[in-house]
Amino acid sequence: MNTQLRHLAVVSAVLIAVLIGATTYWQSWAGGELANRQGNAVQLVTQLQIDRGTIFAANGTRLAWSVPHKKGGLTTYSRRYPTNGAFSQVVGYATTGQTQTGLEQSLNDFLTGSNTTLTNAFSQELDRLGGRTVHGDNVTLTLRPAAQMLAERLLAGRCGAVVALNPKTGAVYALASSPTYDPNLILQRNGYAKIAKIRGTCGDASALYDNATQGLYPPGSTFKMVTASAALDSGAYTPTSTFYDPGYCVEYGRHVSNASSPDGRAEAYGNVTLAQGLEHSINSVFCNVGKQIGAAKILKYAKRYGFYSSPPLDTPSDTIYPSGLYNKGKLFDPKDPATQVDPGTLAFGQERMLATPLQMALVAATIANHGNEPRPYLLQQVTAPDGSIVSTASPSTIAHPISAKTAAEINQMMQLVVQGGTAAGVGFPSSLDVAGKTGTAELNLGNLYDSWFACFAPATNPQVAIAVVVEKQPNGFGAAVAAPIAKAILENLLHR
Amino acid sequence: MLTAIGFASVYIALKSQVSTGSLGYAAFFFALYLVAHVVARITVPLADPYLLPMAALLTAIGLTEIYRLGPSSALRQGVWVVIGVGAFAATLLGLRRDYRVLERYKYIFGVVAIALLFLPLAPGIGESINGARLWIHFAGLQFQPGELGKVALIVFLAAYLREKREVLAQGRLKDWGPLLVIWGGAMLVLFATNDLGSALLYYGIFLALLYVATARLSFVAAALGLFLVGAYAVGRATPHVQERITDWLSPWSSKPVPCFFSPHPVLRQECASYQLVQSLYGIAHGGWVGTGLGRGIMTTPGGQTIVPDQNTDFIYSAIAQEIGLVGAAALLLLYMAFVLRGFRISLAASDGFSKLLAAGLSFGFALQTFVIVGGILRVIPLTGITLPFVSYGGSSVVSNFFLVAGLMLISNRANRDQAVAA
Repeated sequence: MNTQLRHLAVVSAVLIAVLIGATTYWQSWAGGELANRQGNAVQLVTQLQIDRGTIFAANGTRLAWSVPHKKGGLTTYSRRYPTNGAFSQVVGYATTGQTQTGLEQSLNDFLTGSNTTLTNAFSQELDRLGGRTVHGDNVTLTLRPAAQMLAERLLAGRCGAVVALNPKTGAVYALASSPTYDPNLILQRNGYAKIAKIRGTCGDASALYDNATQGLYPPGSTFKMVTASAALDSGAYTPTSTFYDPGYCVEYGRHVSNASSPDGRAEAYGNVTLAQGLEHSINSVFCNVGKQIGAAKILKYAKRYGFYSSPPLDTPSDTIYPSGLYNKGKLFDPKDPATQVDPGTLAFGQERMLATPLQMALVAATIANHGNEPRPYLLQQVTAPDGSIVSTASPSTIAHPISAKTAAEINQMMQLVVQGGTAAGVGFPSSLDVAGKTGTAELNLGNLYDSWFACFAPATNPQVAIAVVVEKQPNGFGAAVAAPIAKAILENLLHR
Repeated sequence: MLTAIGFASVYIALKSQVSTGSLGYAAFFFALYLVAHVVARITVPLADPYLLPMAALLTAIGLTEIYRLGPSSALRQGVWVVIGVGAFAATLLGLRRDYRVLERYKYIFGVVAIALLFLPLAPGIGESINGARLWIHFAGLQFQPGELGKVALIVFLAAYLREKREVLAQGRLKDWGPLLVIWGGAMLVLFATNDLGSALLYYGIFLALLYVATARLSFVAAALGLFLVGAYAVGRATPHVQERITDWLSPWSSKPVPCFFSPHPVLRQECASYQLVQSLYGIAHGGWVGTGLGRGIMTTPGGQTIVPDQNTDFIYSAIAQEIGLVGAAALLLLYMAFVLRGFRISLAASDGFSKLLAAGLSFGFALQTFVIVGGILRVIPLTGITLPFVSYGGSSVVSNFFLVAGLMLISNRANRDQAVAA
């Protein structure tokens, strides 16, 4: 019987050895994959026990912070936000159900302290073993609360966005979107449904949508900054190149009219220079430029500015849309622009061109920054709970779309716009030294226009570049609706 | 004696980590084991010295984790441990002269085993929990009679197979009769109570002892084949069993499936396999070294238990999370050491009944561990049975103390015989 007994003993030992093997599998190899599974209640509670770091604005104002809840020996944390809703889209929210949006999503690794580096991995493992609360890192943003809140207030009741940044460093001062919501709602029962119901006056936009980076608007005449870049930088034109403006441009045998003057007639300027064409935003001048240099060249310069790709910002990349031609809701990169794209209307930002406020602010910033496009950023600094600095932003440039000479020429032309051109009536004080470009984008919705203004100041030593868009405004001339908002924010940021 | 002290220090260390106030608890249980140890020294002086400390350590680990999961259950479990130790002492005292008298009452054990298995089906006292009908409710106490039935069945099988092993090997139907009748009855009861785990356990013990007694693998293969055919048929007929197998093969569904508690379909991991899946998440969370005792995540912030039955069937999951792979592997090695000590006793025993009884008890212990832990780890379909000595549950604790007492009696006799022979 002993032989059988030995066999049975071996079988028993093997059975238990299999269990050790299976435990090893689940606790080492499969562990990481299981941790990321949807519905993992253990991970959910673990996440709730992390003291998420605070998000600060540039001046130290708290934009998101954690509050502890003690229950049955378990300390969990939930998120609080300013109730004014001024930062909702850019900061986003983090729910107890582990859904995150905005910077709460993209900076999650910092905020939960899981940005593992060699130095903090060890101390975090000790914390975990010791059962101590894991404290996330704090982050400081580049946002200036006064400017951001002013932008939100000026947009209130309308749909649109404001982007303000430092053209030299790319530090984003304001990234406002309207309509907005109170992110604290998300913690309530059915919070998401309540927020999703918030619609602006423009109807289709959701408050969850960041119009500054996701809003795609026809850029209208602000796109003339890009066309002028192509015209001048390629050497095809100079600012003094002359044109004859009969009030329209002939394209494909049809008249493409200038924008109507307030009395309803298309204006005709006669003999003008390219500089005057930009100053007064004369469509026929740019239509002729477009016909001459072709859609391919305009699109080439647009791509040099970053159109057709998502600008690199710290918010989640899937909430930053690329600008460019759109066909039936999809980004359209024509293989043969000469036959597929109308260059005359593209030149003044119509055709099927759509751009985000962020992209247009970057175009203005590039012109301000001598042709160097700054990398826009929101994350200034990450600090560990003990106050030590984890990382600090290092500004850089992402592209060099136009020469310094071209940038200086367009800078001059944009100053004319403010001094005696389409934005002369806005009332920019000469001390601000603003260079700007208006835009009044046609929507084929009667007298409703998307109202644009892109600018920077002071023109001789630019500190701030701004793009403002306000959606679907009746007779929404850029100078009448968007430019006053830009003016208020410039005054706020430049302390004038 | 040394091991007993070693155990006590471990126990105190474990306890004090959860709550320093429970040192009294530890002292009481240390005293209790001291009593058990003294009884064992007097009644079975030559018995294997490792079995009782190992059983004590397993009980202590179980008590600690049960205490951590809910102190009120730990108190009741403590009472059961006292009863278990009492049963242990009584068994040793009662059978110290010659436990082989049991052999004479083998049919009584057989009948008692079947009766105990039948008990939950009796109207009035029987109770169905989680779809399996294996509890009786009596005088405010819940009891799983099948646990004691297991020990009775092993005694019957050992005695019967010892007597008939030669004739069985010849394969005459007449000698197989009583065995098949009792066995058929047991299986019937088990399927009637919907308890696949116990069926697997008892049939496994039966096959193992049949092999040891007859040395005929062909018998084992035939019996295994019969079991598989039977299990397939029952599986087809019983949605409960079928569901368990589906949950095992694919616990995560990508599409919603019909759910018994929900009016509309939901993902399987949110319904039938919820317990299995959340338990695996917990185990995975433990990692190499675990979260530390008392620091594992067992409840939501609202105080709801994440894994149902965490302190009974799923206690291994809680332990693995809190003491990690290192601790869980050590625990399993402890089970392995216990089982191998048991087989050592079986090898050393001089008569057939003792060999078969020790082997049955040891293999039953190993197989029960495998069935529940293997179910939790998705090695086999999950069926709810207790983890010996560790799970919360009075019947389980008492029957396992009977098991230790039995092994020690056999060990004492084997060592005495060897000493005499030498």
